[in-house]
Amino acid sequence: MIFRAKGIPTGVNDLIVGVITRNPDHHGESLIWVGDEFNYGSYIAHLSCQSIEASIVPTIANIQALDHLSDGDIVSIGQDGIVRTVYRVNSFYNTILATERCNSNCLMCSQPPKDRNDIPYLFELYRRVIPLIPKDCLELTISGGEPTLMGEYFFELLELITRELPKTDIHILTNGRTFAWNHFAERLAQIGNPRMMLGIPVYADYYQVHDYIVQARGAFDQTILGLHNLARYGIRLEIRVVLHQQSIPRLSRLARYIFKNLPFAEHVTFMGLEYTGYTPHNIEKLWIDPYDYNKELTEAVEFLAGQGMHVSIYNAQLCVMPERLWGYARKSISDWKNDYLPACQACSKLHDCGGLFTWNLKKCSAHIQPVFEDVNLLTS
Amino acid sequence: METLSPRTNRKFKDIGYYAEQQSNYFLLPFRFHRLNDDKEVLVNEVGDHLVVPLGTAGRIIQRQLSIEEDADLYGDLVAGFFIAEQEVPALIDVLATRYRTKKSFLDQFTSLHLFVITLRCEHTCHYCQVSRVTTNKDEFDMRYEHINKGIELMLQSPSDYLTMEFQGGEALLAFDKIVYAIERTKPLAAKLEKQVTYVICTNLAVLDEDILAYCKTNNVLLSTSLDGPGFIHNQNRRRPGNNSYELTIKGIELARKWLGTGNLSALMTTTNLSLDHPTEIVDEYFQQGFRSIFLRPVSPYGFALKNEKKNKYEIERFINFYKKALHHILDYNKRGEFFREEYATIILKKILTPFPVGYVDLNSPAGAITNVILFNYDGAVYASDESRMLAESGDFTFRLGHLDTDTYGDIFYGEKAQALSEVMVNETLPGCSECAFQSYCGADPVHNHATQGSVWGYRPTSTFCQKNMELIRYLIELMDGDPQTRQIFEGWISQRRAS
Repeated sequence: MIFRAKGIPTGVNDLIVGVITRNPDHHGESLIWVGDEFNYGSYIAHLSCQSIEASIVPTIANIQALDHLSDGDIVSIGQDGIVRTVYRVNSFYNTILATERCNSNCLMCSQPPKDRNDIPYLFELYRRVIPLIPKDCLELTISGGEPTLMGEYFFELLELITRELPKTDIHILTNGRTFAWNHFAERLAQIGNPRMMLGIPVYADYYQVHDYIVQARGAFDQTILGLHNLARYGIRLEIRVVLHQQSIPRLSRLARYIFKNLPFAEHVTFMGLEYTGYTPHNIEKLWIDPYDYNKELTEAVEFLAGQGMHVSIYNAQLCVMPERLWGYARKSISDWKNDYLPACQACSKLHDCGGLFTWNLKKCSAHIQPVFEDVNLLTS
Repeated sequence: METLSPRTNRKFKDIGYYAEQQSNYFLLPFRFHRLNDDKEVLVNEVGDHLVVPLGTAGRIIQRQLSIEEDADLYGDLVAGFFIAEQEVPALIDVLATRYRTKKSFLDQFTSLHLFVITLRCEHTCHYCQVSRVTTNKDEFDMRYEHINKGIELMLQSPSDYLTMEFQGGEALLAFDKIVYAIERTKPLAAKLEKQVTYVICTNLAVLDEDILAYCKTNNVLLSTSLDGPGFIHNQNRRRPGNNSYELTIKGIELARKWLGTGNLSALMTTTNLSLDHPTEIVDEYFQQGFRSIFLRPVSPYGFALKNEKKNKYEIERFINFYKKALHHILDYNKRGEFFREEYATIILKKILTPFPVGYVDLNSPAGAITNVILFNYDGAVYASDESRMLAESGDFTFRLGHLDTDTYGDIFYGEKAQALSEVMVNETLPGCSECAFQSYCGADPVHNHATQGSVWGYRPTSTFCQKNMELIRYLIELMDGDPQTRQIFEGWISQRRAS
């Protein structure tokens, strides 16, 4: 999946944000015309794969290809001639990258943080993107980095989404540490959006293990206090557990810790490791074949589900896990990073299976194999 | 774009770096108890437990644990709120929230209101000291003005959820008065936005379809007595014709046809005869389609007062009976059936869940007054069902007042209630205050008074203590020893299986 395209800019003096159109009858204040020739009308920019001699609006010319853009997609255009896709109208998986800064440094981070202040730029970008998003957008994810590092901008962003997109589910991925300050949780509650849910990782029941995994002292205590502060205001919470060599040994204890200390969580997700970002670098400390943690995973999932909690398994393949867990497995991987092995093509469960991250194709369970329906009938 | 003054660097550090650099740890409140020859159990202030090798509590207290050599145990103790690395741990508020949650059954105050609608009965059960075989309604049925006043007091309860339970005698002998009471309550409760659950305790002998039609329309639940198979039930529950069992089974079938299986429950009472037949009783419940059974001990009022030796022997017999029955129930579960024992379920909920368990006979503060109140057929108000049993033998210790003369305040906050509340909290009772099972158990001043002549009670010879200590210990031991049993128990407490 292509998310950026580059061309030769003309007349681009500032950040431009707009909606893609190729329909010549379609005109508007926020539209960007895509076509070899300019279409006279009220567009804010023109994108072309051809050379453009003279133009009356900011233009990016000589772009290699624009096929990845659909009418209705939202893009940003910079002075550097880069056209970034910020919202894909035909996708269920749209993410707002709030910042690449982070106060943790997880061993298995899929998107390693950057220590530069991108917040004013990104806030300005999304301040302009959000009003353009279709009102029937089902779900938006706010991710990072650590989104709460935006400080007051974080709340302004959420207020804007709440106002502009009242029917959209908002899923915020945060480490929850900032909410150890009660006033921060209280401020979030004031937004009063019942469609908002926070996904917060808890990797162990014991602080030393959790702090080691997230590479931050005091993180466990802050996250747990944060979860309690958020629960006090009735904010909807999801607990996210990544499965790897460091989290597996205490997984059963973590399940019981969640039930006893965080029973207000609306959803608990167990997630397979992503082979990208920091993970390849730390692979010796992290890798365990998912087949080899089936016992621990089954125990944890069935305990929590048995106590009435809503449990899901993400980033996992059906053929690797015992059949009793299939009902918990979700097709969770965003379309643009989802793939299957060649062997999977023969599998009768292909369409029910979440498959793999594209980047996990080169590091995956040795037990992936096609499931055939008749085998399936025998075991069920 | 501005580069921030970065963290020192983003180089990965080893796990050792993330241990608190403390030379020593601090103790959080916890208690302990020997489980068997190899193990002991630690229980923290909010009821989380940890089974450890014998001698571990001593090592913890003498600061002999090492974060490196006992890494797993050390982690369990910190994660489980047994020890802390700061004098006031960072997560102390989590512990406070958990404590508040456990005791939140108190928040709503009294919910269960027992109306002894009549003392008349057509049974002469040998363990019942209160009922009368008579047709004298004037003397033994609750009078309308007392029903009215009882409803008035009930609706003054701060609780939004009330249970109005009609008892006897045989409550259905005064069914007209039950209808009167429900019809009077309905509009008044609706005005106050209180939800009322109606329950009739009945032996089902005089049940008919008119009664069931009314129950169905008004969502009235039925609670009956089934002591086991016919040869036990009919022996325990005497009536002319010696056909109590047959009438009960017929009643159960009829009631289920009208109300569905979920709206009829049964209770068993253990007698001397029952003690020899644990498996037969369990099988009878299963065969009759029940998927739970409540193995209740012999009522203390059948005990010889102050005969400690005999009482100890009796409760040992009950414990043996209970264990045999429990194993038989577990066998059903191991064959894939769902079938649970209710007393174990109550205790297991206290051991395994963070939620409050509002069972009136095993709570601290005790359920009497705070959770249950009884309006007797003659207008007297008692702290619990057992309190009025005592009264029938001339002991009015737990009579809190009378519907003719006393106000809500007189009854629920009067001198008697205040005096009683001193002995209703096991956290402050001698022998309970340091007990590992404190948070799983309760205080029962009525039982103490009836069996030991003191509302405080004396733990070393208390049958209440003897029974609960052993049953709680045994349940923990079973779970620890067998993962399959643990899974079955976790199924019994499951929030999914609201029975």
